[in-house]
Amino acid sequence: MGMFELGGMTLKWLFHKPATKQYPQVQVPPYPGRRGHIENDIQTCILCSRCVKGCPADALEVDRKNRTWSINLYRCIQCENCVRVCPTHSLTMSEELAGPTTHISAIVHTKPEDTSKKKVSKNDSSKQS
Amino acid sequence: MGKRSVIPFGPQHPVLPEPVHLDLAVEDEKVVKAIPQIGFIHRGLEKLTETHDYQNYVYVAERICGICSFGHSLGYCETIEQMMDVDVPMRAQKIRVMLHEISRIQSHLLWLGLTADAFGFESLFMHVWRLRENVLDIFEMTTGGRVILSINKVGGLVRDISDDVLSQVESKLVSLKDEYQQIEKTFLSNSSVKSRTVGVGVISHDQAENLGMVGPFARASHVNNDVRCLGIGGYRLLSDFVPILDTTGDCYGRIRVRCKEVVQSIDIALEMIRSLSSGSVSVDVKGPIPDGAQAVNLLEQPRGECFYYSLGNGTQYLERMRMRTPSSENLAGMVAALQGCDLADVNMIILTIDPCISCTER
Ligand code: SF4
Ligand code: SF4
Repeated sequence: MGMFELGGMTLKWLFHKPATKQYPQVQVPPYPGRRGHIENDIQTCILCSRCVKGCPADALEVDRKNRTWSINLYRCIQCENCVRVCPTHSLTMSEELAGPTTHISAIVHTKPEDTSKKKVSKNDSSKQS
Repeated sequence: MGKRSVIPFGPQHPVLPEPVHLDLAVEDEKVVKAIPQIGFIHRGLEKLTETHDYQNYVYVAERICGICSFGHSLGYCETIEQMMDVDVPMRAQKIRVMLHEISRIQSHLLWLGLTADAFGFESLFMHVWRLRENVLDIFEMTTGGRVILSINKVGGLVRDISDDVLSQVESKLVSLKDEYQQIEKTFLSNSSVKSRTVGVGVISHDQAENLGMVGPFARASHVNNDVRCLGIGGYRLLSDFVPILDTTGDCYGRIRVRCKEVVQSIDIALEMIRSLSSGSVSVDVKGPIPDGAQAVNLLEQPRGECFYYSLGNGTQYLERMRMRTPSSENLAGMVAALQGCDLADVNMIILTIDPCISCTER
């Protein structure tokens, strides 16, 4: 009895468009809110390292001396925790999956000097004195 | 009596999705003894709580096992919430139950597909997994991930699900139920399925109780140990819950229990969606866990009861975390079911127990 129903279902699917997609020729659009990969707007980042502390996978690194923020996408588990702890909302979770690469390396963003130059130098001098 | 010999089975074997090794002592074609060996993928995840912030550990907990990933994060969060006396908002509790039941559907469908594949019923396997893709789509719509959902946090959920998405989920579940019920009929009435499973690997009611078996494996032997009946966490909100039991205790009984549980889970998920009220989905939880605070928690995972224990030490880290997962409980039952079976039935028996070795070894 069940066999006939399954046979009917199978027959129906022979004339149906396939349930699978021919990736990568056919791309499936992401659902809104998919966790793809992390992006950082380095202009608004204040290099406070909160995201580094909140990252369970040790994927992030902040180097205040060289003013860099870097992410190793191969370590990142797309948990979105860093996005939630960032005080300046400079981190966002993009819906696009990270593209393929041929070698493992971290993506490094360097924060331009000029935006908060004065502040930094003031702080540095106060620390030294 | 034939000569006794030992056949090594696993850790790499086509019917085993995960590595477990069995030494099967066989006489002719009969298995007289099975000696399991585990430990191939032990990762020390409980120990990690001592060095990971308790809030960040949620993401580790959900990686204990890919199939019950939501369940583990839920069980862990509920344990910590108990320790810290956190009241999770009603909406979050209902969404948690909904997602947990949808995870059960996903897990059982995966298992039904593997079972169909194991007895060579390829078209059934394809159809079941086609349905499972729809369930994964529901996860992607609601949480942003297909397997690892990362939606739980200590204190609730990290994101709310909009009413629009919820109504889409509802209609997807309704159509899934329709299609699934046709497939279920094949599973339960097909003669080739029955010929492979009826009377195979029988575990009696007493045996199941004595071996401390849990989950659908025990329920097929008419042992009611469904933790959902206890009404822990969001499960107290269920209007009525009757566990699905079977009396046969054989492979067919286990298939029947899981088949019916899929429909039951769809109904629970629909009930939760329909009774959702608006409100917040999380409360802020900050600060260290009180020194000496302890909590125990039980959760019905797709494979059975999972037990959680945790102990705080006044810091951001836990002193101790213990998870007793269903598959490790069921190993003794698995050995008992294999005793005296035909060699050709070994794969069927192991599959119907649905062991999850990642959970077992953590
Ligand atoms: S938390 Fe935000 S502002 Fe702070 S370092 Fe990370 S990205 Fe930059
Ligand atoms: S998404 Fe998670 S794992 Fe990835 S960088 Fe952010 S915190 Fe780390």
